Amino acid sequence: MDTFLATPLGHVLFVVAAIFAITVPVLLGVAYLTYFERKVLASIQLRQGPNVVGPFGLLQPIADAVKLLMKETVIPSGANRGLFLFAPMLTFSLALIAWAVIPFGPGLVLADINVGILYLFAISSLGVYGIIIAGWASNSKYAFLGALRSAAQMVSYEVSIGFVIITILLCVGSLNLSRIVEAQTNLWFVVPLFPMFVVFFISALAETNRAPFDLPEGESEIVAGFFVEYSSMAFAMFFLGEYANMILMSAMTTILFLGGWLPPANIAPLTWIPGPVWFALKIALCLFVFVWVRATFPRYRYDQLMRLGWKVFLPLSLVWVVLTAGVLKLLGWLPTGS
Amino acid sequence: MVIAGRRRSRPASRLTHHTADLAAHRTLAAVVIVTLAFYAFAAVLIAAAAMVVLARNPVHAVLFLILTFFNAAALFLLAGAEFLAMILVIVYVGAVAVLFLFVVMMLDVNFAALREGFVRYLPIGAVVGIVLAVELLFLASVWSLSPEAPRLVAEPVPPGVDNTTALGRVLYTEYFYLFQASGVILLVAMIGAIVLTLRDRPGVKRQDVAAQSARRVQDTLALVKVTPGSGMIVVPKPAADCGDEREQAVEPMPPGRH
Repeated sequence: MDTFLATPLGHVLFVVAAIFAITVPVLLGVAYLTYFERKVLASIQLRQGPNVVGPFGLLQPIADAVKLLMKETVIPSGANRGLFLFAPMLTFSLALIAWAVIPFGPGLVLADINVGILYLFAISSLGVYGIIIAGWASNSKYAFLGALRSAAQMVSYEVSIGFVIITILLCVGSLNLSRIVEAQTNLWFVVPLFPMFVVFFISALAETNRAPFDLPEGESEIVAGFFVEYSSMAFAMFFLGEYANMILMSAMTTILFLGGWLPPANIAPLTWIPGPVWFALKIALCLFVFVWVRATFPRYRYDQLMRLGWKVFLPLSLVWVVLTAGVLKLLGWLPTGS
Repeated sequence: MVIAGRRRSRPASRLTHHTADLAAHRTLAAVVIVTLAFYAFAAVLIAAAAMVVLARNPVHAVLFLILTFFNAAALFLLAGAEFLAMILVIVYVGAVAVLFLFVVMMLDVNFAALREGFVRYLPIGAVVGIVLAVELLFLASVWSLSPEAPRLVAEPVPPGVDNTTALGRVLYTEYFYLFQASGVILLVAMIGAIVLTLRDRPGVKRQDVAAQSARRVQDTLALVKVTPGSGMIVVPKPAADCGDEREQAVEPMPPGRH
């Protein structure tokens, strides 16, 4: 078996199998994230939530998927056909290829590359294209307005995410995601860098266009924003991409601040639980906060959103970069090795 | 197919030879794949770059430009410069090109008007093109490789150090001042852009969050007792920060004027 894996063909087959082993759980996670979101929202609002299809409504996501697939794909007559269909594919595939570098456990990663965190950052900064192309290609004013809002919003919040990542990198001394997790063995970064954790999480909400920053799809002003013209499969791909991005951002929060696959404390009953399970639990916790925020806060006004990004988060994160660098240098804690 | 055939021809008992052979095959396969990938990315890059100029729709041109950036990043990756590849994607594709696209989408371009002046501006364009071509020729004629180049080509990164660390060492030790100076130049450009667009127009209502948060009930609200049927005039007092003054400012209206 080992010799077979060492051959080129075996290697390719192994990688393909690994890709499926990552993609299928992510897509299942997306399906059940919608169920989770509806159930949590319902509980917060003292309702039942989906409870008809299957036991406890557990088959609801599958029913939704089948419903979407059965619908007709409508392409507006004024739309730019090629780009109109390309945009959802782009959103969907970008949401999936980012998972290639996520470490699920010690050594349990598809591509353990040196610049993992930069790769994630690059992929998340590409996400804006799916939205902006969709908005433009739809040839509709609401879609276009949504796309413009989204482009400005995502570019603004990437800046503070970049500074947060720099702060983490100063403490780790490596761009590799596995090294970042291993550096938190004794103390998760959420404790010393708590303000940065808050900035990162709020920026992640803005980056994924989630409430209270869901202006690109603000249904009360611009009906559904950039995907107002989409239906059926294309809409489903946007939907899947957005929710996969939410899970991805939660995974990033987990890796950067909550110690990735590490148990909360290095003592016996906690260390028996395997790393991937801890990782999934922490992601679920982040996702719960995503939903909780959606149920709690009203939508930001657009100028308030921009003000928060540029006038509050940017200076704050910049100050923290300088502060962290200064403290590390003064105390001689700067990581030296590569 | 060749690799698979030769693998099968070996007897399975000579395991050590077998694995060494496989490793050699794998590196060979890797070289083939890298070469093929290089040509594929390079071909797409050149085609996309040509389409940037040739595309009629400016939005399509920008999208082709993004494709060009992307393929350049892939070429960096193949050359082993993973940090540069990621930075290219983050900075150019993720930020600069978004702004390009933003601007181009907002423009109301009239294609017919664009093509009208073609003949009129052709001589100027031709002169600029010729000057650039001549400059390129001059550059090509005096082109020479630095004596250190062969060593650097053979080993671009010092052994045992990854790409990112090597770049950081060079930038922050040897070229520290140049690096900082380029940052300052960018800062100057940014300040210039802000100065050009920043206008403090009088009479425009703006939200002042600090003032809003500092507002107290006494500043904005005055409770008055009104005798029924009398009516009242509220005299606004701008700097009334004391509750007593505010109450004094409220004068009952003489009944006849109501």
